Amino acid sequence: MSDTTIEQPATPEPEMEIPAGYDDGQDHIGLPHHTTTGLSNTKLAMWLFLGSECLLFGGLISTYMLYRNRQGDAIGPDQLWDIPFTSATSFILLMSSLTMVLAVSAAKRKDERGTRLWLTVTALLGGLFLAGQVYEFTVFYREGLGYTTSLFSSSFYTLTGFHGVHVAVGIIMLLSLVGMLAKGRVLGDKAETVEMIGLYWHFVDVVWIVIFTLVYLIPA
Amino acid sequence: MSIDNDTHTDTDDVVSQVEHDDLHSHEISDKNYVIIALLLAVLTAMEVAATEISSFPSSLLVPALLLMMAVKFFVVVSYFMHLKHDAALFKFGFYIGLAGAVVLYSVVLTTFHFFVN
Amino acid sequence: MAIIERPTDTPALAGAGAAVVTPSSSYGYFRRPVQTTGWRSWVFTVDHKKIGIMYGVVAMVFFFIGGFEALLIRAQLAQADGTILSADKYNQMFTMHATTMVFLFVMPMAAAFANYMMPLQIGARDVAFPRLNALSLWTFVFGGIFINTSWILGGAADGGWFMYAPNSSVPFSPTNGVDFWTLGLLMTGVASQVGAVNLIVTALNMRAPGMTLMRMPIFTWMALVVQFLLLFAIPVITVALFLLLFQRNFDATFFSVADGADPLLWQHLFWLFGHPEVYILVLPSFGIISEVLPTFSRKPLFGYPFVVFSGAAIGLVGFGVWAHHMFAAGLGPISVAVFSVATMAIAVPTGVKIINWTLTMWGGKLWFSTAMLFAVGLIVQFTIGGLSGVTHAVAPSDTQQTDTYYIVAHFHYVIFGGAVLGLFSGMYYWWPKVFGRMLSEKWGRWNFWLMIIGMNLTFGPMHIIGLQGQPRRMYLWTENRAGEGFFNLGFWNLVSSIGSLILGIGAVLFLVNVWVSRKNPPAPADPWDARSLEWITTNPPKEHNFDRIPTVHALDEFFHRKYEDVGEDGKHDYKKVRTGEEVVEIEEANAEAHIHLPSPSYWPIILSFGMFIICYGVIYSTLLLAAGAAIAILALFGWALEPPTADDSEFEPPSSDGGQPSKELAHV
Repeated sequence: MSDTTIEQPATPEPEMEIPAGYDDGQDHIGLPHHTTTGLSNTKLAMWLFLGSECLLFGGLISTYMLYRNRQGDAIGPDQLWDIPFTSATSFILLMSSLTMVLAVSAAKRKDERGTRLWLTVTALLGGLFLAGQVYEFTVFYREGLGYTTSLFSSSFYTLTGFHGVHVAVGIIMLLSLVGMLAKGRVLGDKAETVEMIGLYWHFVDVVWIVIFTLVYLIPA
Repeated sequence: MSIDNDTHTDTDDVVSQVEHDDLHSHEISDKNYVIIALLLAVLTAMEVAATEISSFPSSLLVPALLLMMAVKFFVVVSYFMHLKHDAALFKFGFYIGLAGAVVLYSVVLTTFHFFVN
Repeated sequence: MAIIERPTDTPALAGAGAAVVTPSSSYGYFRRPVQTTGWRSWVFTVDHKKIGIMYGVVAMVFFFIGGFEALLIRAQLAQADGTILSADKYNQMFTMHATTMVFLFVMPMAAAFANYMMPLQIGARDVAFPRLNALSLWTFVFGGIFINTSWILGGAADGGWFMYAPNSSVPFSPTNGVDFWTLGLLMTGVASQVGAVNLIVTALNMRAPGMTLMRMPIFTWMALVVQFLLLFAIPVITVALFLLLFQRNFDATFFSVADGADPLLWQHLFWLFGHPEVYILVLPSFGIISEVLPTFSRKPLFGYPFVVFSGAAIGLVGFGVWAHHMFAAGLGPISVAVFSVATMAIAVPTGVKIINWTLTMWGGKLWFSTAMLFAVGLIVQFTIGGLSGVTHAVAPSDTQQTDTYYIVAHFHYVIFGGAVLGLFSGMYYWWPKVFGRMLSEKWGRWNFWLMIIGMNLTFGPMHIIGLQGQPRRMYLWTENRAGEGFFNLGFWNLVSSIGSLILGIGAVLFLVNVWVSRKNPPAPADPWDARSLEWITTNPPKEHNFDRIPTVHALDEFFHRKYEDVGEDGKHDYKKVRTGEEVVEIEEANAEAHIHLPSPSYWPIILSFGMFIICYGVIYSTLLLAAGAAIAILALFGWALEPPTADDSEFEPPSSDGGQPSKELAHV
């Protein structure tokens, strides 16, 4: 006849604190106090993802750095860059990181109006940045820099294009979040969702910090 | 105990909304965020100004630009992304990717003699 | 008894007063899928066990497809001036054989084990992100199908699995095959990347109380290292694939030498991924046999910390040796020397593992079940492959070996002898747990020995013919270049081809075993007297895995619940105090009252399907691309708006007569 209670073997006590109410039937899966490390599943996932994105953008940046001087007779960076303009768009993107962080701060305070305000402003600033990119590329194109003009051009447009797509996805996420907030439909921990999108947005910003310096500022 | 339903900004309530993985004493206020943003703007202006100074030799300019770029990078990651005061595991996950990318791609560029100018 | 709550759309069948609760609609038009039986319970599932089984089944299908491609190659090379495959078809065949085996068999099969076993081994009910898990599965399935439709849509990719550019660009590979390859691998890359994030978070965040990292089973450890490798390697090949895609479809010149490009860019990007990839292939199998060997040696794994750290070291150093695939590419002596030394270094942690496995067996009471045979087979065969690998590390000798069949011998010994034998070991080991019946040991022996004899006859001679100069990827060999005497290429090619037939039969015997064993009596919960948590479950495990989440007090927790140490004076003497089945019964008796499971969802498979259509759209039509994108965006929004677990209103309330598991109520 088997025991109905288990006799504990004489092994040392577990070193980690067993969280109280490990499974109390409520859907706490993934929230910080119910995970082994005490950290949120989503936040850990996001940081791992951002770590991997470093390798993605690193590859694109390396390709650009390798090919930045290979334009043959076609137009090159020195003739193209409008540093004041690009500085302005870079500044806008940088400021959007500020507004993003204000949005997260507002969400943590449960300030719903503030959250929606700052999320919208962030999306707008991001959109302004993208508009600036589009304008800039249009000018480049008219000056003779097509996608296939040279290795320099292909690498440039590919790198900035990937970044731009990331920004666009970020804007869509920001606006979707604003929409969901307006309808009271954000699920789970609202502040964490805002924070996660914030992490993504800041990452897109730091990639641009790197691109701005390496591509635009460092002389070819 | 009175229950105030308006949005608070006093520290205790901010702390109570913060997740367990944030160290409560390191909560950055909105005002500090603005200051950090201004710092970033100043750094960007300095970067641009540096490229304008034609007397700057390339061997000085490039490291200076890279340094300013790195400072901006780590400021955003550490403060805006809150990594400085966050769990070690998050730092591990991100910085391994970053360090890996920098090291591996630098080696690749080295084999292309990129750094030999 | 546990009351398992899940959404349902049928009225309560019994229980006075149990209110009928119809599920609220998920956002939009689709109700949440609720079926627990039938095909829908598989297609929309987020249960890691079902997902693991589907990964495994699809992987086995691709194993036989890739195997058939190999048999065609060997048939072509069995005699001089072979006529079975044209040169063009031959190029497609070796490209697809390798691509299929690497990306569509070994990786998904390892994912099958990781998906099924990791949550069980750490005492969790599922992975961290169940819907992402389903997305990984379906994206892999659609990606694999997508690549293989190239066979009938103008020809498969023909540039080798490493797809060197500019050979893979349009002037040299004019069919759509390479685009199918590129886009298909982008899809499977998404699957792996997403899975990596998922499983890392699972292993770090969802362990049972008391399970510290150094009490995690070794298979989980190796799987965790593999996920980190995937996490950081997949983005690199993603860059390479996009550059190739843009070169082929938008006339970018990334790899066009005439425009100043450097072909080595492709090679670096590919091998930065490609080398960690081979450790991604073999580490799961290392993990599997690190479970099998202790069980069938009746001894704990020797040097558990060493096995853990050497696994991590292999992963880390594995990122630093990629250019050893480029020794003959003109890197220059300094680069070659650096990578040569690094490659030698990586033999060290691998050797540590071999020693630990051998010492695990030393002095143990060995039980040569089929799983154990495959595990020991791995040690022997992988060591042979590792030895040839050491000769490759020495750059001067590699310069002779590269692009010859000597290399083909090496990687087949390490991949087939390493990764594949380990996967078969795992299948025999865990089959009773997953499917509830034992596989026949008699057929298992035939399966094993034919595969071993077959693989050694196939790949052994390749060392010889490679050193004699037979190049890789040559669609035929001729009599007048075949040499004479002992080293006659013709003779050894024939031996190799006969060996491949034997190997193929051996592999088919696995399917035979599955078939004849399907009516075996039900297996006990703990047929092998094993050591880790996944065995504290029924056969197959209940949907919620554990009736009670186990509290872990030691490494090999399950072993310690069965065996008590009655030794004196510091000596260990383990006496069995209860059977594994009794441990399971104790857990059932202490079942938790309420168990919530993550809910099934339509969105993962719909999103995968959207990606599938996008890929066809890139090749054929912008309209199709737009349609696929629309499906994908719809799926993304649906997913984001759907809660991970169905709303409370969608659950059947517990029946008022208390005690009846609501499982009965949930059957459709």
